[in-house]
Amino acid sequence: MTKKSFRIKGAGRLTPARTARFTFDGKTYTAYEGDTVASALLANGVHLMGRSFKYHRARGVLSAGAEEPNALIDVARDAARRQPNVRASVQDVFDGAIIRSQNRWPTLAFDTGAINNLLSPFFAAGFYYKTFMWPKEAWAKLYEPIIRRAAGLGVAPKEDDPDHYANRFAHCDVLVAGAGVAGLTAALSAAETGAEVILVDERAEVGGALLFDTSTMIDGRPGYDWAQDVLSRLKAMANVTVLTRTTAFGYYTHNFIGLAERVTDHLPRPGKHLPRERLWQVRAKKVIMATGAIERHMVFANNDRPGIMLASAARLYLNHYGVAVGEKIGVYTAHDSAYEAAIDLKHAGVEIAAIVDCRTHPGEAVVSAARALGIEVLTGHSVLDTAGRLRVSSMTVAPNGGNGKRRIAIDALLMSGGWTPSVHLFSQSRGKLKFDKAKDRFLPGLHVQDGVSIGACNGTDDLPALLAEAAAAGGGTLSVSGSSLYGWTGGMIGAAEGAGPETAVKAFVDFQHDVTAKDIRLAVREGMQSIEHIKRFTTNGMASDQGKLSNMHGLAIAAEMLGKDIPEVGLTTFRAPYTPVTYGTLIAHSRGDLFDPARKTPLHDELATQGAEFEDVGNWKRAWYFPRRGEDMHQAVNRECRTARETAGIFDASTLGKIEVVGPDAAKFLNLLYTNAWDTLKPGKCRYGIMTREDGFIYDDGVVGRLTEDRFHVTTTTGGAPRVLAHMEDYLQTEFPDLKVWLTSTTEQWAVIAVQGPKARDIIAPLVEGLDLSNEAFPHMSVAECTVMGVPARLFRVSFTGEIGFEINVPADYGASVWKAIWERGQALGACLYGTETMHVLRAEKGYLIVGQDTDGTVTPDDAGYGWAVSKKKPDFVGIRGLQRPDLIRENRKQLVGLLTKDPTEVLEEGGQIVADPNQPKPMTMLGHVTSAYWSETLGRSIAIALVAGGRARMGETLYVPMKDKTIAVEVTDMVFFDKEGGRIHG
Amino acid sequence: MVELANRTLPLSGFHGGSAVTSLTPAQPAERVSLRARPEDVAALSAALGLSLPTQAKTSATAGKRSALWLGPDEWLVIDEGEGGLMAVLGSSGALHSATDVSHRNTAVLVAGPGAAKTLNGGCPLDLSLKMFPVGACARTLFGKIEVVVLRTAEDAFRVEFWRSFSQYAFGLLQDAAEDAAV
Repeated sequence: MTKKSFRIKGAGRLTPARTARFTFDGKTYTAYEGDTVASALLANGVHLMGRSFKYHRARGVLSAGAEEPNALIDVARDAARRQPNVRASVQDVFDGAIIRSQNRWPTLAFDTGAINNLLSPFFAAGFYYKTFMWPKEAWAKLYEPIIRRAAGLGVAPKEDDPDHYANRFAHCDVLVAGAGVAGLTAALSAAETGAEVILVDERAEVGGALLFDTSTMIDGRPGYDWAQDVLSRLKAMANVTVLTRTTAFGYYTHNFIGLAERVTDHLPRPGKHLPRERLWQVRAKKVIMATGAIERHMVFANNDRPGIMLASAARLYLNHYGVAVGEKIGVYTAHDSAYEAAIDLKHAGVEIAAIVDCRTHPGEAVVSAARALGIEVLTGHSVLDTAGRLRVSSMTVAPNGGNGKRRIAIDALLMSGGWTPSVHLFSQSRGKLKFDKAKDRFLPGLHVQDGVSIGACNGTDDLPALLAEAAAAGGGTLSVSGSSLYGWTGGMIGAAEGAGPETAVKAFVDFQHDVTAKDIRLAVREGMQSIEHIKRFTTNGMASDQGKLSNMHGLAIAAEMLGKDIPEVGLTTFRAPYTPVTYGTLIAHSRGDLFDPARKTPLHDELATQGAEFEDVGNWKRAWYFPRRGEDMHQAVNRECRTARETAGIFDASTLGKIEVVGPDAAKFLNLLYTNAWDTLKPGKCRYGIMTREDGFIYDDGVVGRLTEDRFHVTTTTGGAPRVLAHMEDYLQTEFPDLKVWLTSTTEQWAVIAVQGPKARDIIAPLVEGLDLSNEAFPHMSVAECTVMGVPARLFRVSFTGEIGFEINVPADYGASVWKAIWERGQALGACLYGTETMHVLRAEKGYLIVGQDTDGTVTPDDAGYGWAVSKKKPDFVGIRGLQRPDLIRENRKQLVGLLTKDPTEVLEEGGQIVADPNQPKPMTMLGHVTSAYWSETLGRSIAIALVAGGRARMGETLYVPMKDKTIAVEVTDMVFFDKEGGRIHG
Repeated sequence: MVELANRTLPLSGFHGGSAVTSLTPAQPAERVSLRARPEDVAALSAALGLSLPTQAKTSATAGKRSALWLGPDEWLVIDEGEGGLMAVLGSSGALHSATDVSHRNTAVLVAGPGAAKTLNGGCPLDLSLKMFPVGACARTLFGKIEVVVLRTAEDAFRVEFWRSFSQYAFGLLQDAAEDAAV
């Protein structure tokens, strides 16, 4: 059986020689290259393309462009390369495309969900605010899943997206959005001045309305031919970039425009090197919005049957794709433009059943042209209803306000309520709209960025005026002449005859969300006054088409109900994106390894070779522990702790933040930034410092070494490095700009190898030259510049373990080599490698603080037991006033203390809450929480640090940590659990 | 005799690019972060043998030594020759802060007709020759990381970044270079 074709011989611009085959719901169809899915299906006589969101009503394609609310399809190359919710009107067909309809079960033609249509009285606007309120638990478990399944769009693929996406930043003098007659003229005008121009259009071809128009001549040639000629001229110019299949989806601040370029979605076998889509982020000196206008539908009973579509869409399907949308076509209009669609179709040999015009006085030229072709024109008439289950089969027509209904058999119905200027980009730019009362439309008023609106989106209807406006906007001296056969008049917004307040018919305003005129009125009756409330109550304009067709109708119906003028009711805000943009495009390169930088230390590969498990610390990868064969983490950490205390441990401390503070006022500056004093520190010595914020709370800590009188080597926490530098720079520039001191981040200049333990000196000594490492010459808290393995190094005698310790800083590129040598020495002497977990345990055994773990931004130095680090003599430092606040000096503040569980094998959970009486009624009075808790292999028991109210006065007290299944008794102790006298550190 | 340490470059072994852009890890160089007040610029310039630039987005090059303006009192000085920058600056007699960042930074040389497009895959700056001529430099963003970009020729850039970002920088440059060739 040969399938009937609706291609009209000689019509359209596609080449029959180049075909593509695709499937729709499993059936194979043939298309021409250049077809959209919609035009190809229409050519095959298929109008039924989807089911509506809520009522599951049968729907056909309504438009031929971005505004499509009905024909949302699922487009796939394979299981992973699949995208739901694609508009059939903009998706090009490619050979092998697998197209499926959505939101139906089991089939598009027989969809059980259509029961919702019969139940529609229960699904009136706002039903979900009212219907399913009780019982509360049923919402998450029952109602929501059912509603989500019944009312919905497509299904996202579960597979990883195998395509890749690209990003490009660009600058230009002029960005032109829209390549219709206005945009092309403006782009050419601008380009001829030598300006850098980017011209974008969402369609595959430029021309805009000239793609369907047949009655416009420009510079003496048919509009479409002129457009293609301008395109080739623009493409030949080096200062012009033309991007088709590219949507200007967002207009942001300072003339920043987001473009989504669809690179491969139309290709049958895209090259692997091609990104599927490319995000363009363009900064334009000037933005010319030539975004055109969108034809509106008519709001009347059952205006949503397959076969009912916009008149301009039918005209585009005919004149560009060569497809007749029916064989016996009715027209229902309030605007002259629909006549031209009828005239074109009639010329192509398609029967026009009648043109029904709700106006009594349409434009004379179009009426006489239509009548001259023998088309019946019924002025002052309206379409009151339609019939047909999966395709419109008839329209019921009657004179306005009168009797005499007449049923006319049709297989397609074209409608036009007039044209809505596309002011989306303008509105996104924060421009202020003004209402054009004469033509019931919103137009760009005040532009607040360097942009200009031209052509149809600016309400410039007259062609010569439009061409002049466009040429002027481009800034050049271009002169283009043009004429149209017919001037257009008319247009209406709101409900048409037979769908007024007295009726209960389903006259759709918003097709995609199934919002009817009745629903809008219900919202007003329920008390909604603002269009913002009406929108949310009815969901009018809230679908993915963002109300491109529905907004003005909804507004007019609401205004009528409220008895207000349209500008008084207002317009909802247009938000980016203009049309949906895929996540892939927005993410662009930021996937996989490029999702976020994984910062690796110079020693990373060496650590990995030694079997390190890594943990993420900010963006850094840090060695966490080094399991040996058969060891779990617990066993590895225990071994590392034991070895470090008994022999020595070697640790990669390269991520430690480092800031070089240089200048004659360096000590003065550090005096102001830290709580302790620095002018007393001699060159060659180190000091532990605490930094508070203005409010007196601990901000960071670290060891600072003074290398020379005017050069300090400051260390910060790993995570704190960037913000501490910013904090210091902020104070230097704003509070202390007179100080002669400069700050430079040197975190990455140095690879830092910490060697800690009784044998630390033995391990490093043979590698160090130019320095006496003895206790006497180089005691704890010393720093020196020396040579390690022939490389200039900074050697610190510091300890975060309580053992004798050294931190060797060598220029980063030498780190791996020095590490290898040290590890070789260490192995020979019985040392181990250790990671951050062991580092945490060892420091906790000594009660050393970790800012950000034991402190949380509400802990003062005194709370932490570091009151000694706050100078009593300094006249000023950041936080000195904050520390005097009454709340910071009151009794019973939370203080850091040690906790020992009564059962030594019990390890507390960090974050566990602490109470005095576990039997008190709930809610209990909580005294604080556990900040650090570990198994200490050295002590053979668990240890913990906690913030406890009045903690230091509670030494020896028993407190309790209630857990889910038990209550743990603990004793309050001081924070130093091991080597309380601190002798080991001095070797 | 102590065994001497070897140098391992952060991007050793990396190579890439596309038909329009070559990506080459730069050779090790001596780098100094130089900070000074305006009144000391002349003396430091004399010591360095080049005129420290005082305009935003500009650099000065003399032989194998370049100074890149990063801020009103901040320069990145790169020496691909004999080096000795710290000593030279120390002998200037002018008040300044010089900090050795030779190993903190590493660089990739981005060259070819697609070089600017490649950088614009992640860098929001206008890299047209008009706005960013040969010798122009800027501390800016490339994807999620900070970079310093120096235009060394009409179709060549030096891109400096901190060493731990090497893999990210090179990965994104590679992606962008491929897209620039589309």
